[in-house]
Amino acid sequence: MVLNVEPSCKTCTCHEEVDLSHVEKILAKYNNDRAELLSILEEVQADYGYLPQNALRMVAERTGSSMVDVFGVATFYRAFNLKPRGKHCISVCMGTACHVKGAPNVVKEFERQLGISVGETTPDNEFTLETVNCLGASALGPIVMVDGHYFSHVTPAKVKWLLSMVRAGLDKVDVKTDSRIIHLDVLCPHCNQSLMDSVHPIDGCPSIHTTITFNGVSGHARLSSLYGSYSIQSEPDAPVGTTVDFFCPSCNKKLTTTSRCPECGELMALMRVSGGGVVQICTQRGCKGHILDLSEIDI
Amino acid sequence: MVNFVLNGLPVSVEKGSTILEAAQFYGFPIPTLCHMEGLSPYGACRLCVVEIGEGPRAKLVTSCTYPVEEGLKVRTASERVIKARRMVIELLLASCPQSKTIQDLASAHGVRQQRFRQEYEDCILCGRCIRMCKEQMMAKAIGFRGRGEGRSIGTPFDMKSEQCRQCGGCIYVCPACQLRCTYTEPEKAVCGGCANLTPPCVEKDSFDDMMCYMNPCVACEIKKDL
Ligand code: FES
Ligand code: FES
Repeated sequence: MVLNVEPSCKTCTCHEEVDLSHVEKILAKYNNDRAELLSILEEVQADYGYLPQNALRMVAERTGSSMVDVFGVATFYRAFNLKPRGKHCISVCMGTACHVKGAPNVVKEFERQLGISVGETTPDNEFTLETVNCLGASALGPIVMVDGHYFSHVTPAKVKWLLSMVRAGLDKVDVKTDSRIIHLDVLCPHCNQSLMDSVHPIDGCPSIHTTITFNGVSGHARLSSLYGSYSIQSEPDAPVGTTVDFFCPSCNKKLTTTSRCPECGELMALMRVSGGGVVQICTQRGCKGHILDLSEIDI
Repeated sequence: MVNFVLNGLPVSVEKGSTILEAAQFYGFPIPTLCHMEGLSPYGACRLCVVEIGEGPRAKLVTSCTYPVEEGLKVRTASERVIKARRMVIELLLASCPQSKTIQDLASAHGVRQQRFRQEYEDCILCGRCIRMCKEQMMAKAIGFRGRGEGRSIGTPFDMKSEQCRQCGGCIYVCPACQLRCTYTEPEKAVCGGCANLTPPCVEKDSFDDMMCYMNPCVACEIKKDL
């Protein structure tokens, strides 16, 4: 559908040429079923990074619902964006805990540094700034999440430097020297013995030491204790894709639980975080699935 | 037929009717705002609250959406109901004092003050227009957008709608924009000019030639006689 809009129309995205073939595929996958509207929109957003206007129209048409209904859903959920987003998405937590710990000032500093306000994207399409309501790590607030990486105790003074890190590429960040990355001290959930091994540091921090078995062989594994780092040293090396059983080296009890990895569906191994909370990691080698739950911590 | 007790009176109405319909049938007035005959009940304004149940288990429900049940005990004007209703009106006044409908409600229910921060919204999000557009005009041109504080009514992307036939039905049913009130004390929000016997404009010379909904207006007549 081609719409006539004046070329001066800058704020809306209707004049943008979008290739709708992906939407077509997504709709076909869900049989044009209107009950699947949320899933459809989610996938469209995943594909395009936002919900293009033409895509919304197409979804409305094919699912037999009206444009107002689809638009209502798309604007109701914070997860959906109607405007294209920048390459990096910065989410500053404005949940209660982070708020009292000074998140509003962090937001202001981001706004100042980037020259945009919350919900906007920089003109060079590099950054999108948004606020969220609790990232689930309130004890470590203010929390900022950039492209899936968590940063704890962010202060306005750290903002500039954080942005430069993001510009340089977050995946290249030197975890060894980065104090802002959360360091977890973990214990065995059964015997409460510390799993930390300071003799064999990984990423410059004490590693988490467990014994492992996979495919009938057993050995040792040392994991990085930095949240967000996936460095692992295992002896012998488990090939990517194998499921590894983790054990406590002190009591030899299995750390594997019955909960499933949100990413791949494998079982998760659970460790207690000293100070309260639990962290679960996926037992499949190579999968980065993990759950960090610090909710038990008293602030 | 469903038998229940309405303000102490044993009554029976057809199955499936709402408390509001029953009360109206038996002549107990319940103020409404978002409810409109011919449109589906929506329960947005909470003005039609009534108390059901007894003792500590009594609770307030919106009568326009609550279907009657066998043996239900309903009070349409208990102390709690009146209090809740007044609060709702006060809140409505706080957001949209220009609406004559709301001003009239305030007068009728003895709301004499407005204790919240005064805003001047054009919309109370009762959703009447949306339901009108969808259910009576079969157009679906407007709908709710966003949520919470950012909730608004309009067309998708605020663009001229292809579905809208400009029937004006939405404006016709709107309690906020259909009837405008030119109340005299904008800071205080509660005017009651039309309903009071001594409206505020009586004492005000500056309102000599004011355009007024009340035509003839009691206040103006009094003034003329003086
Ligand atoms: S309040 Fe910020 S993570 Fe919960
Ligand atoms: S009339 Fe019942 S909630 Fe508005």
